[in-house]
Amino acid sequence: MSGKSELIISKIRNGVVIDHIPAGRALLVLRLLGISGREGFRVALVMNVESRKLGTKDIVKIEGRELTKDELNLIALVAPTATVNMVRDYEVTSKFKVTMPNVVEGLLKCKNPKCITNQQREPVKSRFRLVSREPLKLVCDYCGTIHELSDIERSLGLV
Amino acid sequence: MVGSLVWNRDVISVLDFSKEDFEVLFSEALSMERYAKSKLDILGDKVLALAFFEPSTRTRLSFETAMLRLGGRVIGFSGAEATSMAKGENLADTIRMLDAYANAIVIRHSLEGAAKFAAEVAESPVINAGDGSQNHPTQAMLDLYTIWREFKVIDGLSIGILGDLRYARVVNSLVQALSYYRVRLHLISPELLRPRQELVEFMNSRGIRYDWTNDPYNVISDLDVLYVVRIQKERFPDPMEYERIKGAYKVNLKLIEGGKPNLIILHPLPRIDEIDFAVDNTPQARYFKQAGFGVPLRMALLRLVLGGGS
Ligand SMILES: [Zn+2]
Repeated sequence: MSGKSELIISKIRNGVVIDHIPAGRALLVLRLLGISGREGFRVALVMNVESRKLGTKDIVKIEGRELTKDELNLIALVAPTATVNMVRDYEVTSKFKVTMPNVVEGLLKCKNPKCITNQQREPVKSRFRLVSREPLKLVCDYCGTIHELSDIERSLGLV
Repeated sequence: MVGSLVWNRDVISVLDFSKEDFEVLFSEALSMERYAKSKLDILGDKVLALAFFEPSTRTRLSFETAMLRLGGRVIGFSGAEATSMAKGENLADTIRMLDAYANAIVIRHSLEGAAKFAAEVAESPVINAGDGSQNHPTQAMLDLYTIWREFKVIDGLSIGILGDLRYARVVNSLVQALSYYRVRLHLISPELLRPRQELVEFMNSRGIRYDWTNDPYNVISDLDVLYVVRIQKERFPDPMEYERIKGAYKVNLKLIEGGKPNLIILHPLPRIDEIDFAVDNTPQARYFKQAGFGVPLRMALLRLVLGGGS
């Protein structure tokens, strides 16, 4: 992390620091992790700070919530450049670059109203397959509808 | 006949199959042709469930006939009956029930992905007989079989698909099936009914050579096959839009005069008014013959899916 952002938020004790998020995507990252802010744990969010690699970037710090690597890799969909620092007792215990999942299950809603996954009375979870990283394209495994970044933003309630 | 070959698998999309699978299916269908009006008692111990949540005549009757010709039995429901039968029951529960009764399930449903979901719920093989505007694999198999029977070959042909390229599921499945062959595709439709992004990206990803025009007269002289589909009134989100576009194209004697002498015209039926009745009596018209192949083709498919010794 750059010295400047350390001025903005203090170190966390136990949790996760997600760095190198493309500027403006921090809220999307939180949504992908299923964090609305109402859960009670501490979340710090820094947007549009200088970055050597990206020009500007966002940073998200989450304290007191355990996140699995699979959960964290989901954010690669909207923040492929993100790096994750797992922190325990103020020390970074592991650090990795997120990698895009090939399958995203149960998280996003298919935009096709006639898709079987949009039937509330059926025991079916949504499932998407990654078909392109750049530009981002996910295909609904059931109805074949293509979803781009704007569709994912809409599905996460951010547009 | 192919002896002991058994697929024992779902038939959800043509993309689940290979070109070699099609060849097996076609040769099996060819050998079934002579039983299509008689009987081949190989599925006497099998029950086929027909779950037609959406009305259908042709597809349902051809599956039913095929199963009966193979000595098997058929249970199921169709159209309005489906609604009353389900009584608010969800798809998953209905499929579980049929799965307990039958050796395979044929499903038609108005929702996209319904057949795939049914296949995940059922242990028996599930055959997709049409789901929403997405897939209709057995129709595409029948279409390909008809072309193969007419030309003995599919590679190298120039194929025009005219009509509702946006909502017709047969178009999706046919283009997917044709992607296994080296064909030249001419897509013909009114501007509003151009193929969806999904189909365009599919064609691009498979390197299919295709072009699009809104006027069949532009390409008729190049075609070996003209495949016509009706405008899918029931899938239009806006009825006003349908009113504006219905009757936008018509295959008539004047159009086919401009075609090659060995041009054939196919149509999955039912037809509304997109092919003039006068065309029925021309040597180019093959849509009734195509419909007739529906029974042997589905006999072959059922045999491959359900087993049954030769
Ligand atoms: Zn879908």
